[in-house]
Amino acid sequence: MSDFLKIEGLKAQIDADGTPKEILKGLDLTIPKGEVHAIMGPNGSGKSTLSYVLAGREDYEVTGGSAHFKGQDLLELEPEERAALGVFLAFQSPVELPGVNNANFLRTAVNAVRKARGEEELDAVSFLKLAREETSRLSMSGEMLKRAVNVGFSGGEKKRNEVLQMRLLKPSLAILDETDSGLDIDALRIVAEGVNSLRGPDFSSLVITHHQRLLEYIVPDRVHVMAHGRIIHSGGPEVATLLEKQGYKQFLEAAA
Amino acid sequence: MPAVSETREAVEKLARSNYEWGFETNVEMDLAPKGLNEDIVRLISARKKEPQWMLDWRLKAFRAWQDMSEPDWAKIRHPPIDYQDAHYFAQPKKKSGPKSLDEVDPELLRTYEKLGIPLHEQEMLVGVEGAGQKTPVAVDAVFDSVSVATTFRKTLAEAGVIFCPISEAIIEHPELVKKYLGTVVPVADNFFSALNSAVFTDGSFVYVPKGVRCPMELSTYFRINARNTGQFERTLIIAEDQATVSYLEGCTAPQRDENQLHAAVVELVAMEDAFIKYSTVQNWYPGDENGKGGIYNFVTKRGICKGDRARISWTQVETGSAITWKYPSCILAGKGSVGEFYSVAVTNGHQQADTGTKMIHLAPDTRSTIVAKTISAGQSDSTYRGLVRMQPKARNGRNFTQCDSLLIGDQCGAHTVPYIESRNMSVRIEHEATTSKISEDQLFYCRSRGFSEEEAVGLIVNGFCREVLKELPMEFAVEAQKLLQISLEGSVG
Repeated sequence: MSDFLKIEGLKAQIDADGTPKEILKGLDLTIPKGEVHAIMGPNGSGKSTLSYVLAGREDYEVTGGSAHFKGQDLLELEPEERAALGVFLAFQSPVELPGVNNANFLRTAVNAVRKARGEEELDAVSFLKLAREETSRLSMSGEMLKRAVNVGFSGGEKKRNEVLQMRLLKPSLAILDETDSGLDIDALRIVAEGVNSLRGPDFSSLVITHHQRLLEYIVPDRVHVMAHGRIIHSGGPEVATLLEKQGYKQFLEAAA
Repeated sequence: MPAVSETREAVEKLARSNYEWGFETNVEMDLAPKGLNEDIVRLISARKKEPQWMLDWRLKAFRAWQDMSEPDWAKIRHPPIDYQDAHYFAQPKKKSGPKSLDEVDPELLRTYEKLGIPLHEQEMLVGVEGAGQKTPVAVDAVFDSVSVATTFRKTLAEAGVIFCPISEAIIEHPELVKKYLGTVVPVADNFFSALNSAVFTDGSFVYVPKGVRCPMELSTYFRINARNTGQFERTLIIAEDQATVSYLEGCTAPQRDENQLHAAVVELVAMEDAFIKYSTVQNWYPGDENGKGGIYNFVTKRGICKGDRARISWTQVETGSAITWKYPSCILAGKGSVGEFYSVAVTNGHQQADTGTKMIHLAPDTRSTIVAKTISAGQSDSTYRGLVRMQPKARNGRNFTQCDSLLIGDQCGAHTVPYIESRNMSVRIEHEATTSKISEDQLFYCRSRGFSEEEAVGLIVNGFCREVLKELPMEFAVEAQKLLQISLEGSVG
């Protein structure tokens, strides 16, 4: 099963004021096990839509194609079943949950996923120990565990909180939707380190970004260029450097 | 609370004793005709072996009630109630309970399970025949003089706390009952309080003497009583100077009752520097999915801070009943006294709730806090109705009110009706209100982290109610959290 994530001809639309608008227009993408792939593309190319569709957001209607993960039809599964299977989406705009204690949220999430995977649930003490290790690794204040989920967090704190969740949930496919946006260079380095240390034969990742900068820290195995709901070019890490220098123009023209 | 063995023993003991008592006095009562008239009031009083003054009090209430009409200002709808078509001495009948849990509605059992109520206690709750006799060890313990209920009473008695059924207090402590009964909620205060005053059959009486901090939450005991709680409960709690007491009413397990109309009256009296904390979890039968059946819960709860710096705190989690009509209130008569109201009201299906509080500031430097969280789902309708009144002498009075409504789905309603009256220029009254919906973003975020949709709703709702839930005694808070989730099952998707 070298094809860990296999997306073929994926089409998806969203309801835009009553009229369906197609955003993914026959997307093909394969990520083998253990590889980190990056997707870059101009605004409106459908990058975030792809991440939502893979994570199971209901606002998007899949109208064609398929997406398989670990041999399972991903599109058939509920979002929580996908989480249990090992899919994790780090949100571009993490959602606030007023009154919901962050530590409690994290522990419940971790245990929901562990339970679904047939692993033993963590008790409060061992969870807290783990969470403290991870927060300090991400240079987060332990205070953040006590606060309500994402409420009053700065942009950078929210992103770190996403990475914290990712590390605790131990996904086998992490989709990072512009996790670098709004991060200063130090935070970027810390976040990248958080992802890199998960890298291994059983961990794949799809890194969605606008900037080549993140890819200096998380060096991808492959870089895909996305435009108009499709992957229009794929190559090695050098594609990112090329894009940074020359922009999307040449790829768009070549694809046209 | 998930029962510790203590609780279970105590439940067994009291369940049995009540039952026996009920049986003895009931045979005759079952023959009592439907309807309400002076003879019925006399009958109730006689059955309770009450002194003349009590009967007179009841009759006065009954006559007042006859001249009153049902209030119609609340935002609730129901078919007319025929007050003559009910038994007013509805003691637990000698009817055969289920033989085992197999005969009990599996839906009910599923809920018990989710609440984490042990099997044995489930049997007690649904009234399985002989449930109390199943564990000989516990029964022995109960027959011993060391039974938990007795221990409770002993501990309380040593502290000087009186805690007994109000019917017992009328006989044993007439001077206290006479002095306070009906002083906070006068018999003719409203239609339902007058009705209650005429026909109440039982309830609790608590007296905490000067300077005494009640050594335990008066909760477990009540939980036991709760099984046979009547239609018309009457509760009176008195905390003398510097006394402190925390009282917990109700039960998170669903309560089924044949009686459709419930009209309780609760009176609290807090003297100088006294503190009374009154917590309620109400989970009466809300009716079926079509809105059929269900309890009408018309409650009058009021406390008076008589002494300076007295404090009364109401916390309520209202998830049950077809109709909830309830405004636990505080009269702040003592200088610097404090009133608090923390409420979570959840309506689902076809439930209707019109609930809130009244904070009546009579004295200088009085403070009140109101935090009301309303959650509406399904086709339900929920209203917060609250009054803050600053009387001319309430110099430097303060009130802070926060009303938050959370809507789930697009067929429910939430309304906030604050009444603010100020007759003193030096007071400060703040009112904040929000209305929000559980967003798709929040649900998806939680689900992508492995929560099921229902777990996600439960999580978000509990977060929404956190400020109120943290006011509940610890062990109750845990159950209340689960209860919120269960109450909202099937409300999304």
